[in-house]
Amino acid sequence: MSNLHPNQNSTWPVRADGFAVPYEVFLDPQLYAREQALIFGGAAWSFVGLTAEIPSAGDFKATQIGATPVIVTRDEHGVVSVMLNRCAHRGALVCREPRGNVRRLQCVYHQWNYDLRGRLRGVPFRGGFNGKGGMPANFELDTHNLQVLRVEVLHGLIFATASRTVESLEKYLGPMIVSSIARICGDRQLEVLGDQRQYMHGNWKLYAENTRDPYHASLLHLFHNTFGLYRSTQAGACLMDDTHRHTMLYAKASTSDETVDREVYKDVRSYASQFKLSDPSLLAGRSEFDDGITLVIMSIFPNLVIQQIANTLAVRQINTYGPNEFELVWTHFGYTDDDAEMRGIRLKQANLIGPAGLVSMEDGEAVDIVQKAIAGTMGASYLGMGGGKAEDAEHLVTESAIVGFWENYQSYLGLNV
Amino acid sequence: MSLREFSPTELKYHVENLLSRYVHCLDDDQLEIWPTLFTEKCLYRLIARENTDRNLSLAALFCDSRPMLTDRVVSLRHANIYERHSYRHIISSLIITDVKSDEVSASSHYAVFRTGTNGATELYQTGRYDDLIATENGEWLFRQKIVTFDTGRIDSLLATPI
Repeated sequence: MSNLHPNQNSTWPVRADGFAVPYEVFLDPQLYAREQALIFGGAAWSFVGLTAEIPSAGDFKATQIGATPVIVTRDEHGVVSVMLNRCAHRGALVCREPRGNVRRLQCVYHQWNYDLRGRLRGVPFRGGFNGKGGMPANFELDTHNLQVLRVEVLHGLIFATASRTVESLEKYLGPMIVSSIARICGDRQLEVLGDQRQYMHGNWKLYAENTRDPYHASLLHLFHNTFGLYRSTQAGACLMDDTHRHTMLYAKASTSDETVDREVYKDVRSYASQFKLSDPSLLAGRSEFDDGITLVIMSIFPNLVIQQIANTLAVRQINTYGPNEFELVWTHFGYTDDDAEMRGIRLKQANLIGPAGLVSMEDGEAVDIVQKAIAGTMGASYLGMGGGKAEDAEHLVTESAIVGFWENYQSYLGLNV
Repeated sequence: MSLREFSPTELKYHVENLLSRYVHCLDDDQLEIWPTLFTEKCLYRLIARENTDRNLSLAALFCDSRPMLTDRVVSLRHANIYERHSYRHIISSLIITDVKSDEVSASSHYAVFRTGTNGATELYQTGRYDDLIATENGEWLFRQKIVTFDTGRIDSLLATPI
């Protein structure tokens, strides 16, 4: 039983030398249920897919917002809709396939069928048979539609929310995130290269912390560090939107001094200068953006990470399965006008990321070992790097954005601190 | 010598022998042997069936040379952080699908069980191998190995090749 509930004396620990996170936030089933209502089902825009995944009329994709199954569709007019994947009749899944192309959405249980915007169009035996049975006289189709969510599309990214009150997507994201999305997705048509799915045995917020944490990236991930894909000595920054929901972490490779780096990282396991690639083609990429930024990890509350690591581009969607389980769905993309060589570079550099990625496989382990270690505990973690306050940093030796994440989380859950 | 001169039984024997050597090195922590079972120019692709079903080519692992396979092993030995674990591959249903003078096409099914540090053994992945096998200096080697996995939901991470 958690003490972290609104209208009770909170036990969120406070410390003078930084910020603490009570481990029960990663364990408590009641908090998990409240997150589903107040975050994934509440005043937040969740990512549900790319328009490039549903390019044609009739295309659908089944996915989740948090734990809740939803359907993303494109109708014959090109309109993108998002609705709960739950029949208005008796609650069955309407789409039982992850993707497809259909004219109508039909529940198999009693064959209620809906159009691609979720409007109920037909109910078998509505008028009964031989004057018997059938729906009541006051039954109206349009009061039994699928539950349709608000949808906004930004540069090919589809977001949805059940909230009627949350601000527009653009305001929700804030100008810094909007322009950072535009940088990667704004000018060119996205082309999906494929998905990877990684099932993590940990709480989803451990991953929210991980992707807001430039401190770990050069220490846990040797590949990053050794090959200079990312080092905390590089020029970069860790910035938040005004509400501290979202984080933009970026770095510029080749901005640090190799000699200095060798000194800084000399006692660090993850700087292995003797480790050379015998086939360097893996890292033979192209410079893609004029601003010199070679690494971007954009964490968008609550369920999206957008990444650029070298020439790999991907969105990572977080789907929750309980306080101790979540799935990460990586959708890798390029651009429809990539030449064959560029497409080849992206597919080869995909070796770096995802559940088998030479860079990123360790994040699966990091989530796992925290969740294992905190079992049964009432302790708290400590965030101090960079000052332990939710502040922007024009450097990469900080945990400040994680503090920002938690302050925003407290406000969503109504936790008085 | 053309591979067509081998009898079906002989071909199957050689392919099975190569597959057995392959899984023994992966399962018994002799990863350094793994690249030596491929030709110098080779293709190894570990890809989710849900991607190939959509004609998408994004792979979990994609190596197009023997040195790239070696790099993967060196990285696993010296760079990557993952829970110590071991596999047991169970291979079945081998068929030889084509025989050319210089290569044999073979398909088989596999199941991989993974044992972690807590001693629990779990079914980790199932899938199929589609292999092109050639001989070099009398040695049977993979020219191409396409590993298509059914288990689209990778549990935690995938370190050791399949």
